[in-house]
Amino acid sequence: MSKDDSRRVMLEKVMKDHGYQESALLEILHKAQEIYGYLDKELLMDISGSLNLPPSHVFGVATFYSFFKLKRPGQHIVTGCMGTACYVKGADEIMQAVEREYNIKRGESTPDGKLSLLVTRCIGACAMAPTIIVDDEVIAKATKEIVLQKIKQVLGGT
Amino acid sequence: MNLADIQKIAEQEVDFERAYKYRINVCCSSGCVPLGAFKVLKAFEEAVKEFGVEKECKVAKTGCVGTCSVGPAVIIEPGDYLYQNVTPEKVREIVRDHIVLGLPVKSMLYGNPAFFKKQHRLVLRNAGKIDPSRIQDYIAMGGYSAIVKCLATMTPQGIIYEVATSKLRGRGGAGFPTGQKWSLVARAHGKPKYIVANLDEGDPGVFANRTLAEADPHAILEGMLIAAYAIGAEKGYLYIRSEYPLAIQTLQKAIAQAKSLSLLGDNVLETGFKFDVELRFGAGAFVAGEETAILASVEGRRAMPRPRPPYPANSGLWGKPTLIQNVETLANIPIIIQNGGAWFSKIGTPRCTGTKCFSLTGKTNNPGLIEVPMGITLREVVFDIGGGVPEGRKFKAVLVGGPSGGCLPDALLDLPIDYDSLTRVGAIMGSGGIVVLDDHSCMVDTAKFFTEFCVDESCGRCTPCRAGLIRVKEVFDNLTQGNARMEDITTLEKASSYIRDASLCGLGQTAPNPVLTTLRYFRDEYVEHIRDKTCRAGKCFKKEERGATP
Repeated sequence: MSKDDSRRVMLEKVMKDHGYQESALLEILHKAQEIYGYLDKELLMDISGSLNLPPSHVFGVATFYSFFKLKRPGQHIVTGCMGTACYVKGADEIMQAVEREYNIKRGESTPDGKLSLLVTRCIGACAMAPTIIVDDEVIAKATKEIVLQKIKQVLGGT
Repeated sequence: MNLADIQKIAEQEVDFERAYKYRINVCCSSGCVPLGAFKVLKAFEEAVKEFGVEKECKVAKTGCVGTCSVGPAVIIEPGDYLYQNVTPEKVREIVRDHIVLGLPVKSMLYGNPAFFKKQHRLVLRNAGKIDPSRIQDYIAMGGYSAIVKCLATMTPQGIIYEVATSKLRGRGGAGFPTGQKWSLVARAHGKPKYIVANLDEGDPGVFANRTLAEADPHAILEGMLIAAYAIGAEKGYLYIRSEYPLAIQTLQKAIAQAKSLSLLGDNVLETGFKFDVELRFGAGAFVAGEETAILASVEGRRAMPRPRPPYPANSGLWGKPTLIQNVETLANIPIIIQNGGAWFSKIGTPRCTGTKCFSLTGKTNNPGLIEVPMGITLREVVFDIGGGVPEGRKFKAVLVGGPSGGCLPDALLDLPIDYDSLTRVGAIMGSGGIVVLDDHSCMVDTAKFFTEFCVDESCGRCTPCRAGLIRVKEVFDNLTQGNARMEDITTLEKASSYIRDASLCGLGQTAPNPVLTTLRYFRDEYVEHIRDKTCRAGKCFKKEERGATP
């Protein structure tokens, strides 16, 4: 069985567990994103067929919620928290530094697909603001220098 | 498992605890983990063995004590000694001096008793004291005794009466009387009835609900159980943001444990009462915290609000009567049942009883999570608990109520914190965010930041909110780039009033608050931006373009 088939089997099981119900659409999209990494058009069409929902409904839900990724993310992901506390403590300046260093804007990936720069509204770690997440590691009380150093480190590791 | 068994577990657990002389509580919530809490936990487990005191000391993994800026935090009981900035290297010294020699290490203790002095911990009663992954810890602290009391001795009407007597109001922000809401759902026709517990803490800068779920998940579940019994619901949904992985994990575990003790399920504690809880995950939509939007999201649709009436109490999830309640409100319920509504109504002010959790952040010396009685003044929160503004900077404003709250100047610092006073000055209670700003912050830029947030988060249903906010943002772009004219202030005021008056839901109705309050209390700064093209905080008129927020 190819890798793709095994992922499809996992997705099918998730949908079956939820009884192919419309009300479980968000849960299914969450799981689909976990399995595939992002939600592309074919995947959304597939889900809409399986749940017997109009594609417009599934696309509408997937595009409404900012947590769902519709484009393939980079190999490494840097997420800047832009909640109020982080903003007040200079998160914007850190993000600008990353943008300058790698010549990408928020929401974009580098052309080689190695790095994505994303923004989240708040991870709820406001007392340690500003926070930047590099891959799965939360950097508390972040500074430009620490973040750039960390990104260099993870990129070097590939 | 029946009603008496819960009491037995509590007694066993208390006996078990008594065997230990010390309890070392290591905070392992989202705040302390990035700072190395798990390494500290491991170091304590090793150190107590090394010194041969593992029979005297219980090392426990707990939730948040609130002092998030000095984490990892560790509390040693008895005596509630709070150690700050603990590192694995310091652990040996703490165990040697404190446990073996009985001499607390003064130099490492949290040096700011004022942080706790003015707090009143009801909702966070167990935070930092119990291991959230052990249901027995919660039961030993008197947990689930309230639902036992309800099932054994109280009628649903009696419960609603107690909640009404407590004068508890919804902690999600709007402040609707909880007892009244319960009796509306209880009287509504239609079956089945549902409960939706709202943990979609979308306000940036707020983490009170996350902390509660990570520190004391069973308090939320017990609140849901009592509510379900009172209104006659059989199914509850706990809607939580996906940005909170640790809280999700903690709640999943808590639900599984409650099921295994038959506290949830088809036959709760062998009484015939049936109630089950399912988690539902948000996906990054601020508007989903609104009560009709959260219903749409639980049903698997776009989280868009709808007009009311019909109110969810009569027609909620799938058209059935539904009680929607913030998790902080629910965590208050067990203590109200244990101590009585009359007892609770004496805390806080006569119109706003009880306490409120606030996330205190921004330019403050002691950021963290606090719980204070209603009616405390902003000054006490910012200067006594928060310890003032760091680095000798000057206090400028305090932002109350998240992105749709208000920016209040120092002249209003003596304002008591309650729903009505805050609304009067143009702010809201919201979900309890207090962000302190110093003179490094530009008020025009701050209002712009919140407007951009609301532009992104507007669901697009109501034109005034969708298009009006973009118009407001354009004015702010001009203001911060030096292209604005004096008439633009009138444009801002007009647009804001249209958005406020003509939007369906709370997001649109409160989105203009930051604009209106900064215009009201910091108008000089707007005038300076237009007339002199200067920004006294040095934030605006920079050549460099700010990156677009997606």
